Amino acid sequence: MKEKVIGNRASRLDAVSKVTGKAKYTDDFFEREMLVGKVLRSPHAHALIKHIDVSKAKSLEGVEAVITHEDLPKIKFATAGHPWSLDPNHRDVADRLILTDKARYVGDSIAAVVATDHLTAEKAIKLIEVEYEVLPHVLDAEEAIKPDAPTIHDEKKDNIISSFGQAFGDIEQDFQQADYIMEGVYETSIVQHCHLENHTAYAYKDTDGRIVIVTSTQIPHIVRRVVSQALGLSWGKVRVIKPYIGGGFGNKQDVVIEPLTAAMTLSVNGKPVRYQLSREECFIGTRTRHAIKFYMKTALSKDNRLKAIHIKAFSNNGAYASHGHSIIMSASSKFRPLYHFNSVKVEPKTVYTNLPTAGAMRAYGVPQICFALESHLDDICKKLKLNPIEFRKRNLISLGHVDPLSKIKVRSFGIPECIQKGKELIKWDEKKKSYENQTGEKRRGLGMACFSYFSGTHPVGLELAGARIVMNQDGSIQLQVGATEIGQGSDTAFAQMAAEVLGISMDMVRVISTQDTDIAPFDTGAYASRQTYVSGAAVKKAALEVKDKVLKIASRKTGLKVEDLDIVDKQIVEKDLGTPLCSLEEIAMLSYYDRIHAEPIKSDTSENIRTNAVAYGVTFAEVLVDMVTGKIEVLEIYNVHDSGTIINPSLAEGQVHGGVSMALGYALSEKLMFDEKTGRPLNHNLLDYKLQTILDTPKIGVGFVETYEPTGSFGQKSIGENPAISPAPAIRNAVLDATGVQFNKLPMNPQAVFEKFKDEGLL
Amino acid sequence: MMKKINLNVNDKHYAIEVDIKESLLDVLRDRLHLTGVKQGCSVGECGACTVLIDGTPYNSCIYLAMWADGKKITTIEGIEKDGQLSKVQQAFVDEGAIQCGYCTPGLVMTTTALVESGKKYSDEEIKREISGHFCRCTGYQKIFNAVKKSLDE
Repeated sequence: MKEKVIGNRASRLDAVSKVTGKAKYTDDFFEREMLVGKVLRSPHAHALIKHIDVSKAKSLEGVEAVITHEDLPKIKFATAGHPWSLDPNHRDVADRLILTDKARYVGDSIAAVVATDHLTAEKAIKLIEVEYEVLPHVLDAEEAIKPDAPTIHDEKKDNIISSFGQAFGDIEQDFQQADYIMEGVYETSIVQHCHLENHTAYAYKDTDGRIVIVTSTQIPHIVRRVVSQALGLSWGKVRVIKPYIGGGFGNKQDVVIEPLTAAMTLSVNGKPVRYQLSREECFIGTRTRHAIKFYMKTALSKDNRLKAIHIKAFSNNGAYASHGHSIIMSASSKFRPLYHFNSVKVEPKTVYTNLPTAGAMRAYGVPQICFALESHLDDICKKLKLNPIEFRKRNLISLGHVDPLSKIKVRSFGIPECIQKGKELIKWDEKKKSYENQTGEKRRGLGMACFSYFSGTHPVGLELAGARIVMNQDGSIQLQVGATEIGQGSDTAFAQMAAEVLGISMDMVRVISTQDTDIAPFDTGAYASRQTYVSGAAVKKAALEVKDKVLKIASRKTGLKVEDLDIVDKQIVEKDLGTPLCSLEEIAMLSYYDRIHAEPIKSDTSENIRTNAVAYGVTFAEVLVDMVTGKIEVLEIYNVHDSGTIINPSLAEGQVHGGVSMALGYALSEKLMFDEKTGRPLNHNLLDYKLQTILDTPKIGVGFVETYEPTGSFGQKSIGENPAISPAPAIRNAVLDATGVQFNKLPMNPQAVFEKFKDEGLL
Repeated sequence: MMKKINLNVNDKHYAIEVDIKESLLDVLRDRLHLTGVKQGCSVGECGACTVLIDGTPYNSCIYLAMWADGKKITTIEGIEKDGQLSKVQQAFVDEGAIQCGYCTPGLVMTTTALVESGKKYSDEEIKREISGHFCRCTGYQKIFNAVKKSLDE
């Protein structure tokens, strides 16, 4: 009987290593006489640097180097973790210098010190004298595009990074013929990833003259390319090693500290230098999630069908482009294969401001647009007195839907079942009835929100993945992938895939978890929830190639045809009868030691995936709102997902728990705040920035509707980012249900709720 | 200023000279290379650097090394005995409570202290006891289950 490995609740391969403290992260490696790098950050939100005097800092004992932009190549480079594009028109905005020649936000990197220890480095930082000419600054995206706003980058005088939009259908006609036109404005705030391990890296020059960088990154192969570009080096001159990493959530899908770490080691003749950010630096000096303001306008017919949607969006990108306009482009593509519209028009503007740079964060623009759209739909239902579930169901697209712009086809479609399951889990109908006409100080409400999401970036980005397998003498294998394990469990999922194809047990698969660009297969990294779908296809291909080689040797040995053979439970069997013929180990031994045919079994493959699979899901939430204090308590929350085949339910649940938890913070407590007058951050630490603790987190219910996605190598679709998308609008809609108040701005923390209640005359 | 101190770390004795400004975290990581002790914030906010000092969980980042003179320190490296995972470690593995793993050592230390206290804890008390640990991956669901399992008879 063939054992199924796909769908098992296999333990993480790295669980023991992590629970014993033996797993090594970037900071856990030591080099002899490792130096320490530190950065002088701008105290001004916007200022010209007139002069930098580093002489005092340089003369401090223990300081080995002080560098400024004047010591570095004048090459502007782009940092986003996207595959390189051969088409110059399809590249990210190159607006960075390793150390800046103009301060564009409070925290901008002005100069760097390399010293023997932290204290000396810190002392030296204080001795650097910078003469600034302070300029007016702008923090708000809509303000930044006014004609009199200060210009942040000379290359974009109007501060607009891009206003490229998307549209299909005859939107004017649809609005002219509409029976109802609904409008709403929705706004999200700046939040931060807060992975427990801050950005950290160290670098040295090898004896062959190449720069070696060990770094906490999601994208080692991209780091190699960007460091090379920033320093004007040939790409092969840089080697990047990624050990275990303490979370990323998109913040390490960006080349944030590695070019400077490389520059630091070059400034001291290649001696090893460690550059680690403090938590406070990590909050402002890495990336944030874009705050986006949406103006939504929707046309409906009187039979309550959505006809057209016109969205204007202002995306606050902060001081540098990073992922820039891709975020709002992702948002405007990924919401489409959910509800049917005759016409859609998205007019976005991605704008520079004097704030920390926004970049990729779990679900890449989609939590923002989902908050706007799903809140807007509930506002429409409230106005037209419609049942929000029935209204959504009535407007869903159907299986086989092809997006007119991306041409992505919906080949598996479990959202109707997800809605049904979520509704039953929360006992919607029953509770809904009992919560009518509440007037007390504490009111309960129910809300829900749906989402659609992609699996990878096709057709916008290249989706290339690599996998390599070597079979040992005992039939066990080493599996090497270019895709990175960042805590989500991809290594374990890949091991399950390889074990499934090869008919071996999980303990016979060793996944090489470290990516070293010298030896790891090429893969663009961990982002866009691409790994099980895209990199999983490469793993399957590599395993099938190995299987074929095993069976060829078995065929030679047994005289049976390859197509009549299979590997089941480490045995070569005759497929139809299931009779064991010999062990896999015997075949592996032949591959190493047969005097005539010996050729060890291995594969080295790449997959260029040119499809995408639309994943779906829904959140149902029940809240208790304190009408006096403004405190919102989430009593129950369920996320139900259609992510195709679930490779490992335990890991998938873990993704849902973490995503929902992150979204609870997004909805209720998290907001990175800045002083309007100075642009200074106000709460860039884990005490004042309100992350969810275990005491704040309710029990998170998880459901899966397992469809089979024909383009997935095992029927799978994305799951990693998806759970972070729909909880915020579901909670918002539950609060609307409880109180009748429309909260159109995140987060709904007690202060914001209290103030809104006052504005509405409820207090 | 330097000061000589005696530490018992994971049942091993160390006589070392430390700077009076040095944190216990830095001494454990940089001097003794006990890198299972993680650094997440350096100011006592995240719990990743938790170690046991005479059996009580502390954030080692805000505990000066010289205060530990003569005390018994247990880090994650001292939990596994004879190559066997402790009950707490096994519960974290079995419950799937680990993702990126960066908060895991600290949580295992606090849970170990709860188990060794011999006390009974209600669900709410468990949450309160471990609320000093941030985890950004798991939403605390499976961590809670692992702690509960660790405390089961």
